[in-house]
Amino acid sequence: MNHNDVEAVVMQIRSDEDVVRLRQAVREQMIAVGFSLIDQTKMITAASELARNTLRYGGGGEAHLMKVDNGRRGLHLAFIDHGPGIADIGQALTDGFTTGGGMGLGLSGAKRLSDEFDISSAPGEGTTVKITKWKPF
Amino acid sequence: MERIPILKMGNLLLVTIQVDMHDRLAMTLQDDLTARIVKDHARGVLIDISALDIVDSFIGRMISNTAAMARILDARTVLVGMQPAVAITLVELGLTLHGVQTALNVEKGVQLLQRSLD
Repeated sequence: MNHNDVEAVVMQIRSDEDVVRLRQAVREQMIAVGFSLIDQTKMITAASELARNTLRYGGGGEAHLMKVDNGRRGLHLAFIDHGPGIADIGQALTDGFTTGGGMGLGLSGAKRLSDEFDISSAPGEGTTVKITKWKPF
Repeated sequence: MERIPILKMGNLLLVTIQVDMHDRLAMTLQDDLTARIVKDHARGVLIDISALDIVDSFIGRMISNTAAMARILDARTVLVGMQPAVAITLVELGLTLHGVQTALNVEKGVQLLQRSLD
């Protein structure tokens, strides 16, 4: 994606408390871009799901928060871990599929709650999930 | 250790979640509520989430599980005060909160529990 990133924030995701801090940071950035309360809530919820995945399945990692302004304004988030990776991404994106005892809504739910969703992963190489929310014109 | 306070009102327990809970805190609340239902012989549990800006799948699962455990212990659970943006997001997330009764606020939640307990 060719985003003219005006600002990038990197946050570590190593603990449950880091997930809470990330949610707060995403809220601040969503407010700064001028998103509605509903869009804020959707993006923070998506971020919470993905950060938990980074922590639980990826063994921790980091989140990148980037405000985007390339004619359209938005917020772009990337969740990066160097954990075991996902063997079958299609399966991981299926509602209800889980290897961690959760509800299996994390990835699929985050995809539904964002405007753009991209996942890249390979066994042994970790996982990167990117989501973007665009501000309506 | 950080804990969410649980108030006893007659045969009901009231929890008002006012902090952005991390996962361990949510699990502690689930355990504490289940223990208090037995200890206080509670018949109903009110969980007030009016101060919560988001409910993700983990918190949703905690609420569903708490309601299921309470039911087995002969207590009913009512979730009250959900913000509209949270409700919209939960539906899009795909979370159904199966088996959880809801009410708009604490007052209506108490009425719902008292009717079902009569």
